[in-house]
Amino acid sequence: MAATIEAYLREQAAKTTLRFLTCGSVDDGKSTLIGRLLYDSKLIFEDQLAALEADSKRLGTQGEAIDLALLVDGLAAEREQGITIDVAYRFFATDRRKFVVADTPGHEQYTRNMATGASNADVAVILVDARKGVLTQTRRHSYIVSLFGIRNVVLAVNKMDLVDYGETVFREIVDDYANFARALGDLDIHAIPMSALKGDNVTHRSTAMDWYRGPTLLEHLETVQVDHDLAARPFRLPVQWVNRPNLDFRGFAGTVTSGQVRPGDAVRVLPSGRESTVTRIVTLDGDLAEAQPGQAITLVLADEIDISRGDVIVAAAAPPQVSDQLAVHLLWMSDQAMYPGRQYYLKTGTRTVPCVVTELKHTVNVNTMETQPAKSLGLNEVGVANVSLGQRLAFEPFRENRELGSFILIDRQTNATVGAGLFDFALRRADNIVWQALAVDKAHRAALKHQQPCVIWLTGLSGSGKSTIANLLESRLHDLGRHTYLLDGDNVRHGLNRDLGFTEADRVENIRRVGETAKLMVDAGLITIVSFISPFRSERRMVRGLLEAGEFIEVFVDTPLEVCEARDPKGLYRRARAGEIANFTGISSDYEPPEQPELHIQTVACTPEQGAERIMQALAERGIIPGF
Amino acid sequence: MTPLTHLQRLEAESIFIMREVLAESENPVMLYSIGKDSSVMLHLAMKAFHPARPPFPLLHVDTTWKFREMIEFRDNLARDLGLDLIVHINREGVEQGIGPFSHGSQVHTDVMKTQALKQALDRYGFDAAFGGARRDEEKSRAKERVFSFRDAQHRWDPKNQRPELWHLYNGRVRKGESIRVFPLSNWTELDIWQYIYQENIPIVPLYFAKERPVVERNGMLIMVDDERMPLREDERPEPRMVRFRTLGCYPLTGAVESTAADLPSIIEEMLVSRTSERQGRAIDHDASASMEKKKQEGYF
Repeated sequence: MAATIEAYLREQAAKTTLRFLTCGSVDDGKSTLIGRLLYDSKLIFEDQLAALEADSKRLGTQGEAIDLALLVDGLAAEREQGITIDVAYRFFATDRRKFVVADTPGHEQYTRNMATGASNADVAVILVDARKGVLTQTRRHSYIVSLFGIRNVVLAVNKMDLVDYGETVFREIVDDYANFARALGDLDIHAIPMSALKGDNVTHRSTAMDWYRGPTLLEHLETVQVDHDLAARPFRLPVQWVNRPNLDFRGFAGTVTSGQVRPGDAVRVLPSGRESTVTRIVTLDGDLAEAQPGQAITLVLADEIDISRGDVIVAAAAPPQVSDQLAVHLLWMSDQAMYPGRQYYLKTGTRTVPCVVTELKHTVNVNTMETQPAKSLGLNEVGVANVSLGQRLAFEPFRENRELGSFILIDRQTNATVGAGLFDFALRRADNIVWQALAVDKAHRAALKHQQPCVIWLTGLSGSGKSTIANLLESRLHDLGRHTYLLDGDNVRHGLNRDLGFTEADRVENIRRVGETAKLMVDAGLITIVSFISPFRSERRMVRGLLEAGEFIEVFVDTPLEVCEARDPKGLYRRARAGEIANFTGISSDYEPPEQPELHIQTVACTPEQGAERIMQALAERGIIPGF
Repeated sequence: MTPLTHLQRLEAESIFIMREVLAESENPVMLYSIGKDSSVMLHLAMKAFHPARPPFPLLHVDTTWKFREMIEFRDNLARDLGLDLIVHINREGVEQGIGPFSHGSQVHTDVMKTQALKQALDRYGFDAAFGGARRDEEKSRAKERVFSFRDAQHRWDPKNQRPELWHLYNGRVRKGESIRVFPLSNWTELDIWQYIYQENIPIVPLYFAKERPVVERNGMLIMVDDERMPLREDERPEPRMVRFRTLGCYPLTGAVESTAADLPSIIEEMLVSRTSERQGRAIDHDASASMEKKKQEGYF
C-alpha cells in the first residue's frame, strides 16, 4: 500500500491549481453551489456533516433536507441573516486539479468584498437564476469581474429545475448575456445550465437536460486554460527585502511577477535606472539555473549598486515605464468618501509612497457602466482619476500585468485599506532615459537661448529702488540679446494676484505664486527678474527651495527706511503714517533683511546704473550670460 | 516551461507573505506551537530568508500541559537550528493552579493560552505575529485575512477587516496595535502532509502510531502523559495503538486508534478518514461559532 500511496503523492504533487470566484446574490444559490462542489467531491467530513444537520434544523431553508449553504457561511451574522457578507475561501481537489474558491457576496453594498475575491481569481463563475435571467446584479458582477482583469467567465444558469429544464429559457438568457457582455471587451464566456440544489451539471451530468452537450461545471473548471502569458512577458521582480546575513552576501529577495531570469541576464533597477548582471539565483534548495513567474527567489548581482525594498529589478532590454503622475481606475472601499486633494499612502508591488488624487474625472455606475461627473467617490463606487505620487515608481498598465498594475490606498491616520486601484497609463513620462531622448526640457530651451536661466530676486523696502534697478537690468540684458522677463507688483498684483490683499497670509500666498511663476519662467529658459518687497525670510527661502542650486540669486536692495520715506515716490509712506494703509512694510509690518544674499547693494553709495552693472557682473561670474 | 505545481505555488505564496511581514513590521515574532503546521511554517521561514537565519524569534506559549514529547522536540529543534526561542508561561495562572482538570477546558484555554499569549505579545511589544492557522480548518477562519488586524486589546473584528487584494498586504499599525499573519492560509491538511513528506520535515513523533497509555473519557481517548491526570475509580490506563492528528494540551487532545507509523500510512489514513482533524479538539465543541468568539477575544 505504501508504494501506491507514494505513487499517489507524486501524482498529487504534480497537480496545478485553479483559483476561481463565485458571485451571485442571496437567492441565486451560490453558497449551495459551493456546498455541492465540496459535498460531491467528498470533502465534507462526518463531524462537519453532523454539525451541518444540527444547523440545518435550526437555521436552514431546506426543511428537513440539509442546507448546503450553511457549510460556507462562516460568520455568525451570516448564518443568522442567511447571507454571505465576506469573502470565504474554500478548497477542494479532483483527480486533475486543485481548486481554491473565493465565495463572494453579491449585494451592491458588498461590491468591495467581491472585488477582493476577484483580485486573485483566474476564472469567475457568475450565477444567474433561470427564472429571472440577466439582472442588474449580473451586469454589476460582470463589470467588476472584467474590471479586475478576469477574462474567463462561466455563466452558470442555475435553478433549471424550476423552469422544467427548458432549453429555450437557457438560450434566451445566454443570448441576452452575450449581447450585454460585448461592452466588456474580450471575455471568454462559457454558459452551463445547472441545478446546484439537485446536482445537475455541477459534478454529475444532468439526465434532465439531454439538449446540453457541453461539460459539467466541474469538468469545465478542470480543463479551462488560464494562460496568463506571464512567462512570455519581460522579467520583473519587485524587491521585498535585502538579505545581508554577513559582509560576503548581499541578495535581493522577491517573487518573479513576470518573465524569466537566468544568471548572466542584464538587469536594470527602477526607478534609479542603474544596471547590472545577475550572477546567482539563490534558494535554500540550491542555486537555480532559471526562475519563472510566481517563484520566490533571492537574486545576487555582479555590481554593488544601491537597491532597496520597493525597487523593481527588470530586464534591462525591456524596462517598464516610470512615473509619478498616473491615470487610474479606483474602487472605493471605505465609509469615508474620497475627495481629491486628500493625502493617502499608495502601495503597489512592494513599494509604499505618499499619494494625492489630484482629479476625479468621473464615476462609473457599476450597474449600468454609465459615467457621470462627481466631486467625491463613496463606498463601493468606481471612478476614473488622476493620482500624483510622492516618488516616481515603475509600473505597468493593469491590463498587461496585474501585479505591477494594481495598487491599494491606505488612510494615513487609521492605516485602513480604503481603496483599490488599477493603473491605466502615465500622464507624463518620468523615465529619465526616455525623457532625455524625447522631451524638450529646461536645458534644451536654455541652450537655444545661449544662456543659463535663473531668478534674480530683488528684495527691499518700498521706495528702495528695486524697480528702477530691475528695469535697468532688463534693458541691459535685452540689449545683449538675452531672453528675459520682469515680474513686479504692477504686472502680477493687477492680474494673477488681484484677489490678494496685504495681510500676512495674503503676502505669503502672493510670494508663493510669484515664486511658482518664476520657476515656470526658468523652466522656459528665461532670465527672470523679480522685484518684490517680499519682507519675510521664510517665503524667500521657500522660493529658493523651488529652484535648483545656483538658480536663485537674491539681491538685497538696501536703502535705509528714512531715505525711502524721504523719497516716497508714490506717497505711500505718508498715507501709511496717517494710518490710511494697514500692514505697510517698515511702518506697521516688519521687514526681515536677507542674512546671506548673493548680492548686497547699498543704494546710498551708488547710482541705480551702478547697481544694475554690479548685478550684470555677478551674472557673468556665474556663467549665466556667456560671452558677456 | 512547466507551470508551477500546486505545492510550489503555495510555498512561494507563503514565502512572499513572510518576507512582506519582515520588511514592513518593526518587531515580528513567529508563534510556534510545535505542531505539524508550525513545523511547515518554520521550514518555509528557513527558505524565505536563506542564507540568513529567520530574523525573528520563535514564541511558544506553554500552558504547562503540553505533551512531554512536544517540549523535548521543541528544545531540540531550537538548539539544532540555532534559533532564538522564547517560552512564555502565564505565571499568575500557574500560581492560581489553573489547569484543564480543575478548571475545565474553557477557563484553562483562556487563562493559559489566550491571556498568556496577550501577556507575551505585550511584554515584548511584538507588532506582527505569524500563526500557522489554515482557512480549511474551521468556518470563521475561512473568512479571516492573511494579515489579520488586531486592536490594542488584541481583538479581531470580523465585520471590519481590511480588504485584501492581489498580493498587496497592508501591515501598517499604530503603536499597541498588531497584525496576526497566517502564511498557511491557503494550505489544506492534505497539502501540509504532502509537503512534510516531499520536504522531509521533522515532526513530533506523537503524530505516528505507537502503543501509548490511554483512558477513554467522554468519547475521547486521552493519553495519560504524566501523574497530574486524576483517574476515576473505574479508569485504568491501557496501552493502545494510537496517534494524534492534532497536538495541544494532552488532557484536551483526543488520540485516534491507528497503526499508521510512517508518513505514507498517515496520508493514506487521512484520505479514507471521514472526520476532520479538529474533531479531536475539545475546545471547538464548547459552543457553536466558538472559534469566532475566541478569536474576537484574542485567541489565535
